[in-house]
Amino acid sequence: MRTCLVVDDSSVIRKVARRILEGLDFQIVEAEDGEKALEICKRGLPDAVLLDWNMPVMDGYEFLGNLRRLPGGDQPKVVFCTTENDIDHISRALHAGANEYIMKPFDKDIVAAKFQQVGLIDQMQPAST
Amino acid sequence: MNQLDYEYLRKLLKDHSGLDLSADKQYLIESRLLPLARKASLADIGELVQKLKGGSSIIIRQVVEAMTTNETFFFRDKVPFDHFRESIMPEMIKARANRKNIRIWCAAGSTGQEPYSLAMCVREMNAALGGWRVEIVATDISQEVLEKSKAGIYSQFEVQRGLPIQMLVKYFKQNGEIWQINPDIRAMVQHKQLNLLHDFSQLGVFDIIFCRNVLIYFDQETKIGIFGRLAKIMEPDGFLVLGAAETVVGLTEAFKPFPDRRGLYRPSGTAGVAGKAGAMTWPKVPAIARL
Repeated sequence: MRTCLVVDDSSVIRKVARRILEGLDFQIVEAEDGEKALEICKRGLPDAVLLDWNMPVMDGYEFLGNLRRLPGGDQPKVVFCTTENDIDHISRALHAGANEYIMKPFDKDIVAAKFQQVGLIDQMQPAST
Repeated sequence: MNQLDYEYLRKLLKDHSGLDLSADKQYLIESRLLPLARKASLADIGELVQKLKGGSSIIIRQVVEAMTTNETFFFRDKVPFDHFRESIMPEMIKARANRKNIRIWCAAGSTGQEPYSLAMCVREMNAALGGWRVEIVATDISQEVLEKSKAGIYSQFEVQRGLPIQMLVKYFKQNGEIWQINPDIRAMVQHKQLNLLHDFSQLGVFDIIFCRNVLIYFDQETKIGIFGRLAKIMEPDGFLVLGAAETVVGLTEAFKPFPDRRGLYRPSGTAGVAGKAGAMTWPKVPAIARL
């Protein structure tokens, strides 16, 4: 089973994300800030990271830079998930090595679409009509 | 809604749009048509049916549009667009090397996500298409969705479903939570209102036809008729792309599945009209150029 590290300082968001990602067959690890997330990554790299931007201690942007400098740190697919929804933030994130970007609010369809986009999950179920 | 009203609506939709509702789609009618009835100050579906029986063409059109407008998103199902990039376009670029012209039809273009996804794919292939003309024609039965498509304006939700973030940054302008696709991509798509039940030969001849997630709403006879007419406006070496739940198998001999590419079909040559139609619109290309 593939693993996804969910990094967000809101326990509500982590819970929502966990429910969605478990539905997509991911095993979930949670962290409430970038520093804790980095510690987890040093012990073992996840397949995917769902990453908030604004967090205390270490924000998502700084975490991403640190992650990409770890040995093998270029492997995890990083999907930002943040209320920072302007094009400047998106461009900065991509430049720093983010693979995808979700603008909050989000739902299961968006997470599934983005995870499919970066090859973390296969073909989406056809939408019901 | 009573059974008579339901049957009346079923027949009306079948006659005007080909939409083939099974006997148990009352909920679909209610969810789509109640808001329309309320907007027209009618109490319920029964009153709406009375109004329809009065024969007002405006209300008939609104009912057809409300029932046939379907969900779509950018790069829906992903696979057809992989086929487009990896199989269809490379082969067409070889086959049309002399003519340097490729015509693409989105037969149920809806609110624009499919034609613009194709337009962005084409733009990404610019290096191989210098001096080429790639036409994308988007048609839909609903004028309302065509207007939305022309405007190319999407909500934050819509641009996040299927559209790679790199393409959002590259091809859209942001205005708060609203995103508009850039004018140069919009200019690549022509819009026309069209009912697939009616003659569409006036659109000309196409190299590639995307006809996805629309035939599923038609009955067998209507599907067969549409396949036959699609074959007539398609180049003999063209490509037909159908939706994930659609197939030609068992319905028509005019198209055959393309090996190992789900949802992709080519004319089988049995229709025999495609070549002739092509010659009327385009200079004859020597067969060798198609290899």
